[in-house]
Amino acid sequence: MIARLMRQYGTLAATAVVCALLYVIAGVRYEYFFSWRVFFAFFSDNAFLGIAAVGMTFVILSGGIDLSVGAMIGCASIIIATLVEVAGWHPAMAVLCVLVLGTLFGASMGGLIHRFALPPFIVTLAGMFLARGVGFVVHQESISIEHQFYPAILDLPAGLARAAHLSDDAAQLVGLFVQPTAVVFLLVLAVGIYLAHMTRFGRNTYAVGGSEDSALLMGLPVGRTKVQVYALSGFCSALAGAVYTLYTFSGNPTAGTMLELDAIAAVVIGGTLLTGGVGYVAGTLLGVLIFGIIQTAINFDGSLSSWWTRIAIGFLLLIFILLQRLLQRTLGNAST
Amino acid sequence: MADQLTGQPVAHPPPTPLLEMRSVTKTFPGVAALDRVDFTLRAGEIHALMGENGAGKSTLIKVLTGIHARDGGDILLAGKPVEPHSTIQAQKLGISTVYQEINLIPELSVAENVFLGRQPMKLGAIRWRSIRRGAEAALARLDLSIDVTRPLISYSMAIQQMVAIARALDVSARILILDEPTSSLDENEVTQLFRVMRRLKDGGLGIVFITHFIDQVYDVADRITVLRNGRLVGAYETAELPRIELIAKMIGRSVSDESAAEAHRETEADSTAKQPFVQVRGLGRRGAIAPFDLDIFPGEVVGMAGLLGSGRTEAARLIFGLDRADAGTMRIGGEPAKRTSVRRAIARGFGFLPEDRGRQGLVPDLSLRENIILALQAKRGWLRTLSRARQTEIAERFIKTLNIDTTDTDKPIRLLSGGNQQKAILARWLATEPALLILDEPTRGIDVGAKAEIQRLIARLRRDGMAILFISSELEEVVQSSGRVMVLRDRVKVAELCGEDVNEGRIMHTIAEAHVA
Repeated sequence: MIARLMRQYGTLAATAVVCALLYVIAGVRYEYFFSWRVFFAFFSDNAFLGIAAVGMTFVILSGGIDLSVGAMIGCASIIIATLVEVAGWHPAMAVLCVLVLGTLFGASMGGLIHRFALPPFIVTLAGMFLARGVGFVVHQESISIEHQFYPAILDLPAGLARAAHLSDDAAQLVGLFVQPTAVVFLLVLAVGIYLAHMTRFGRNTYAVGGSEDSALLMGLPVGRTKVQVYALSGFCSALAGAVYTLYTFSGNPTAGTMLELDAIAAVVIGGTLLTGGVGYVAGTLLGVLIFGIIQTAINFDGSLSSWWTRIAIGFLLLIFILLQRLLQRTLGNAST
Repeated sequence: MADQLTGQPVAHPPPTPLLEMRSVTKTFPGVAALDRVDFTLRAGEIHALMGENGAGKSTLIKVLTGIHARDGGDILLAGKPVEPHSTIQAQKLGISTVYQEINLIPELSVAENVFLGRQPMKLGAIRWRSIRRGAEAALARLDLSIDVTRPLISYSMAIQQMVAIARALDVSARILILDEPTSSLDENEVTQLFRVMRRLKDGGLGIVFITHFIDQVYDVADRITVLRNGRLVGAYETAELPRIELIAKMIGRSVSDESAAEAHRETEADSTAKQPFVQVRGLGRRGAIAPFDLDIFPGEVVGMAGLLGSGRTEAARLIFGLDRADAGTMRIGGEPAKRTSVRRAIARGFGFLPEDRGRQGLVPDLSLRENIILALQAKRGWLRTLSRARQTEIAERFIKTLNIDTTDTDKPIRLLSGGNQQKAILARWLATEPALLILDEPTRGIDVGAKAEIQRLIARLRRDGMAILFISSELEEVVQSSGRVMVLRDRVKVAELCGEDVNEGRIMHTIAEAHVA
């Protein structure tokens, strides 16, 4: 039984252990690390990375890659800020518009990849340049968003708590801990898990990543699935851009620079095979949390440069890739 | 098996056959892959589709499953004309195929593989429990009870094959095509598969069984359709077709053909006195060829005969060192040869003309000259480059001696005809002045004139003292060129014929002899 669980959830379990270990070590070393506030901040501070990483998980599961997500975040954030502050749109409309654009953008990349059998790496690299460029053309510098709607959303949890007849203190706590950005992240995560495991689209994604030729011969809609996967990733990165504006109250064409690589790292650390077909959306949450824990621990330490986060992630990534290869080998041996 | 007596009229004249393909024609640029082929499949029969390489078996299946569009003819399913344009459409019509390389998703669970793309849903969510139950039920019909939640890859090839069959049957169950399903299975697994096939047949399914294992055909098939060179040779009741007749039909000779070898007998006697250039003892590789012995003497042509898939190429690859043997030894010129590799083989004077010259032999965009000097240059090492003048000289010499038809030495080789390409690759090895030349199907796909020339060349090389291992599906060629013939069946060396025994009839009989159980 344990052997079977290990086989099925091997890398996922390893990631969970690493995540827990890091959390405990940091908590023992640094005072206040074990506080709820820090814990909730893992989710709100990494919300836009996490949302983009959920979309990325699907792309990687399908055997592809999406390099455009970081640029899409920057592009989406500056378009929202411009629409709200320059054109005078309501933020909700601006966000909606950007979500549609992001989805179409992703779908067209997926369409190109499928229709002309192009390598996803190149197509999404082109998409990255395009999105980043468009962001700067829309507006050169960052724009801060002054619209009333934004603080209103941030006050929403506390307001709801008050409406639910909680005491003022409790409501304040709720407002402090329950960040809307974190809520959006967890919602996206839940929808992602549902899509991956409970829908045909999700299972087709695994099948396409597992063996595209077999998927075709089994009569699965390979082309449609690919387009949908990139559309989903486009949607997620646009949504991550919207969450970025909520997190910073601004739009910035440089936002999300190199974030696609962080997202890929989080997905891989979360146990998804870069070759496709194997992995879990829940693993991506763990990957994002590991990112957050290391970053926060280094902030707590104070004496270390924040670049140590990169070094730690680099090592973790290597270790996890090695671990996956070893697990794959044992799996492969079991079959012969 | 013999429920109908030979010679009597068919006991139960079939009503409408399950599947009828009439005069199906498919032409690829320059080749008629199928030429007015008829094929009939009844409900409740296992029908073997037999033929050598290029016979048109796979093209026929691809036309039936919608992968290729046919150029002519009709396909009738239960009397109604159908036009499958894709595998999915064929599946919807009830025609499913299970391929040799199993087309499922290895990392996903067995249960999911059975239901991928058609999962039962409830309120927008997959009902995993009914998938598990359904998969268990589908496998139970094949007498298989396994943990369906484990990934497919954790099971043996045989079970994976069963899962593929279970899926095919569950998707649609009228015609099941099994394309070489037994090539990666061991004996027990084959028995298990046959039991399932018989059961499905009794349930009214029509099964098309493609294989090159003769014994298996006689084990399980009710009828046999033989194709050869894209044409229908005939359809027969298995019980009424002796093995020897089947083999004769597949290779296109008649059993009475006794055309004996000529021309080369004079050297045969003294060759046995000398030391063999290559002495193979118990050389074998699991799953490729059972351990075999073979001596090849200088100045001798040894033929290798056997049907497609009998292990001819595999044996040649072991001798050349392309694949590593897991048993046996080899002595070259009396010296023990340990750990063979292609580089060493070439250094020892081996040459190998591969079966598939397009993929394994030619460098299509290099010139004729460059293709010819390739092996010689590799043998010399890249530090000792052949001068351009010397290259041209060598190329021109071989163009003359082999009669290669080209305008100049710098023509890209892909612009030459098949026969001339083959001669160029032969020239490549001859330039290295090999002591042993392995020729795997050297005359396939080239015209009659070029064939005769290559055969004359083989005879000349033999007279010059070269040892030659000659592999061909065409028995006539083998018999004409070889002094001794090694006969293979189902990846085992079954006989070595020499002298008077080297004739087509004897070889066919040797191939046809059933296994002594």
